[in-house]
Amino acid sequence: MATKKKQTPAAKTVKTPSAMDRVKLARDAKRPHIGDFINYVLDDFEELHGDRLVNDDRGLVGGFGTLAGRHVLVLGHNKGETVEENMASNFGMANPDGYRKAMRLAKLAEKFHCPVVTFVDTPGAYPGREAEERGQAEAIAKSLEVFALLKTPVVVVITGEGGSGGALAIAVGDKVLMMENAVYSVISPEGCAGILWRDGAKAPEAAEALKITAPDLKRLGAIDEIIPEPAGGAQKNKKAACLAVKKAVAAALDELDAIPCDALVEKRYAKLRSLGNFY
Amino acid sequence: MAWFEKNETPPQIPPAKALWAICPKCMSHMPKAAWKANNSICPKCNYHGRLAARERIAQVADEGTFAEVFREVSYSDHLEFHDATGDYKTKVEATIAKTGEKESVVMGTCEIGGHKAMLGVMDFAFMGGSLGTGTGERIARACEQARKERRPLVIFSASGGARMHEGILSLMQMAKTSAAIGLLKEEGLPFISVLTDPTTGGVSASYAMLGDINITEPKALIGFAGRRVIENTIHQKLPPDFQSAEYLEKHGFIDKIVERKDLKAFIAKMLNYWGF
Repeated sequence: MATKKKQTPAAKTVKTPSAMDRVKLARDAKRPHIGDFINYVLDDFEELHGDRLVNDDRGLVGGFGTLAGRHVLVLGHNKGETVEENMASNFGMANPDGYRKAMRLAKLAEKFHCPVVTFVDTPGAYPGREAEERGQAEAIAKSLEVFALLKTPVVVVITGEGGSGGALAIAVGDKVLMMENAVYSVISPEGCAGILWRDGAKAPEAAEALKITAPDLKRLGAIDEIIPEPAGGAQKNKKAACLAVKKAVAAALDELDAIPCDALVEKRYAKLRSLGNFY
Repeated sequence: MAWFEKNETPPQIPPAKALWAICPKCMSHMPKAAWKANNSICPKCNYHGRLAARERIAQVADEGTFAEVFREVSYSDHLEFHDATGDYKTKVEATIAKTGEKESVVMGTCEIGGHKAMLGVMDFAFMGGSLGTGTGERIARACEQARKERRPLVIFSASGGARMHEGILSLMQMAKTSAAIGLLKEEGLPFISVLTDPTTGGVSASYAMLGDINITEPKALIGFAGRRVIENTIHQKLPPDFQSAEYLEKHGFIDKIVERKDLKAFIAKMLNYWGF
């Protein structure tokens, strides 16, 4: 009889998580969400509602608050904590109304020279009939244009799922930070596997191929900094994870303070311009 | 020799696909030659079918005025991407060989009805017109040259969206092109966006929807999420004309649906109204 191999403690130590492991961590329901960031990163906060056109989308929330002594506009996807909240906010999949609210508030922040801090965590923009009828494509497009030209500092934090255009719509900024186990991708691994592998179950392969983890994205220049998470992931210690985010955002805002607004827009454009310029 | 052992080779009948065109909107059949003769427009339902970039340029730019720019900008396989069906590099090289284009948008300076312009035309036959890093780069450079030379910008879109084989950097082209278009518009230059069949996903959600005016052709498919994705999300059947040019015009996202034969004159008229 073969002797049963005793598992050595070394074999159990944490190895670098695979891309799909990180996708699972990024989607973990216990991960800090916008409510936690508002609680732990901000000293105070007042939410403001509505796009002034049709609706107040719950999938994307915003308001003014204080972060380490400075007044900022905070925008973030809202996944919701309870089933009722999940339903009301479509699990953080924003409607055009959400992006239009974000643009309205961003222009308000610009008017008073308040920096903008965005928290990005969405599976993608909401795919629905009303969303299309109210111009989901136009709302995202306009948002990209508005944030690219906004004359006030913008700090972006990818906190969980950076789902394609729905994420990018509030992720154009001067500093793009990303939590260690967050993911950010042009398409979900399942969606990509469904199209290119003709089998959604091949998502782990697609996740590897797409290069969606923070270290890969930093190498590609799509993000600027990685914010470390507590051992095992942010869900193990929400408070510590949020405080690390606070520290990184405050440092980024300090750095951006020195740059005049016109130069800020020029620098932001130069950075976007350099992405994928191989020619 | 038995009758069933006939050894002569049967006459070569070309496959039906080579002879017949089928309108994807009304399913009516017609000889391919008739479809081509009608400028790829269905004579039954007036669906305006897809054109190759060079066909479109020939119809929009004044004769002999189109000068291509940025042809050196092509795709990039920075992820060394491969999937179940093979390498991205192999696929895109095959596309280049088939279409003769090196990216999904063809850019050039030209005149349109005597008005000077920067013209970009996407080709759906090139990787589904997808937005790759090369596409984004060509568009950003076009915006910059247009600003320098004070040229209005006209882009004909035809695309399934971002090119996933180029990963996050293809997504970033949405931001890059939107920023470049924004800067162009800030300088008082016009951008006319023509959304042709189909314009969806990351292209409709970036430069294609940012026109000072957005125009389209009859029955073009325009939208963000795919019909099937939406039906699977909301568990409802969608109306048959959902995401059609007519549907978008009704909901306020398209300035005008223009017939192919009138497009050039319409663009020239607008540029004239605006003093260009």
